[in-house]
Amino acid sequence: MSAPSETTDEGRVVLDARDIARALTRISHEILERNKGPEDLVLLGIPTRGVGLAHRIADRIAVTEGITVPVGALDVTLYRDDLRQHPARGPQRTEVPPGGIDGRTVVLVDDVLYSGRTVRSALDAMSDLGRPAAVRLAVLVDRGHRELPIRADHVGKNLPSARTERVMVRLEEYDDHDEVRIAGTPGSDTTGTDTTGGTEGS
Amino acid sequence: MKKHLLSIDDLSLDDMDTLFATAAEMHDVQRREVKKLPALRGRTIINLFFEDSTRTRSSFEIAGKWLSADTINITGKGSSASKGESLRDTVLTITAMGVDAVVMRHSASGSALQVSQWVDASVINAGDGTHEHPSQALLDAYTLQRRLGTLEGKRVLLVGDLTHSRVFRSNVKCLTRLGAEVTVVAPPTLMPSGVDAWSREAGFATSYDLDEVLPQADAVMMLRVQRERMSGGFFPSAREYTVGYGLTRDRLAVLGPDVPICHPGPMNRGLEIAADAADAAQSLVLDQVSAGLAVRMSILYHLLAGEGASS
Repeated sequence: MSAPSETTDEGRVVLDARDIARALTRISHEILERNKGPEDLVLLGIPTRGVGLAHRIADRIAVTEGITVPVGALDVTLYRDDLRQHPARGPQRTEVPPGGIDGRTVVLVDDVLYSGRTVRSALDAMSDLGRPAAVRLAVLVDRGHRELPIRADHVGKNLPSARTERVMVRLEEYDDHDEVRIAGTPGSDTTGTDTTGGTEGS
Repeated sequence: MKKHLLSIDDLSLDDMDTLFATAAEMHDVQRREVKKLPALRGRTIINLFFEDSTRTRSSFEIAGKWLSADTINITGKGSSASKGESLRDTVLTITAMGVDAVVMRHSASGSALQVSQWVDASVINAGDGTHEHPSQALLDAYTLQRRLGTLEGKRVLLVGDLTHSRVFRSNVKCLTRLGAEVTVVAPPTLMPSGVDAWSREAGFATSYDLDEVLPQADAVMMLRVQRERMSGGFFPSAREYTVGYGLTRDRLAVLGPDVPICHPGPMNRGLEIAADAADAAQSLVLDQVSAGLAVRMSILYHLLAGEGASS
């Protein structure tokens, strides 16, 4: 494996395993702080990697609070507004934890926040499952370039990127190791994100 | 996946896996309070049924509606077809209204293929004569796979009026492709001509003796005796057919309580299947109906949702 700062065809590592662990610990604490405890929380991961991240956050909350927060998966494929622009892709699992989401505080968990369209689809998908009291968004990486007025509540890392670049999140559960890489050439539209990071109520 | 679904031959093994995986997700939607997905919003599907049908037509209609497509039903009776309009003119008229898919059933074998050559829309064969009924075969295989875990190496019996059965033709292709060991059972008069050559090529067995093969079965699929398609006497009496090939109470006892029983419906109770068997705990007849909806949602989604789908 390459050293953290090394640049290869695969791009450079912007978060290594320890960075990811720290970011998730911080997000877990932020979620608890914002919710004033783990009561009525439900974590819904957006497949694929959002589900793994949601489980990790739940594990950390369990260690801190001694309470296991329900975790589910929310597939958004069938709710996407760009279905006709790509070959039809099979939906993945949607699993709502027992007890549902009605009246709960749902934290959507995804790996990368980019255009915001996935989150929009997720909000639509959720409205077919129930009516949460509140919905929050936690992401490991916010790379900017929003196309919709959507902002994350909890962000692992704000990562200024160009549209021409690719951000790749790898997690042990799916890829054998943890890291976030950015690859490709930074184009002229490197904006930096105008997301001021979504830590707590900003 | 191809644009049309005319035959099981249009699907690769990967396509089937994809369809089944999506169907499993669609199955979960049926348990939700809101049974609606926006995937096919703005698409129009015509159900064109020139032959009677309850479950296939309503299944395709609900499947389309739950995916937010606009669905319209046209039946042979009451349409211009009954005034003497040709199939071609009927189909061209309808598709000129800008439909994305035609789900069609017709008494002529090959009619779906013919229609697919006339129109831009996707054509889904919902039964063409005695040729094929691919969505039924897919839902049968999906139902059995869910019950048995896998079809690989499982011995499946298809019993009944094979000559007139499009379900049998599609099912043999689908089940053998998925690794099942298929045996087809029928009286000699209802065994299709040329079945020997086909069975050697496709790798399934034939039998004229139900009692001989029944004890080894992992699943039994009974087929309807299609009296409406029979021009002559294919068996001396209903009683004699039941004695030789019906799934009677005695045969149910031989089968044991764990072997699933399927029937594509409608059932002739007391003829090919006894009420005891149709209503037994191991009967999957109603499971087939709900699975049918999920599988048809999956078919419509994969044919119509993505890039390149007709619009």
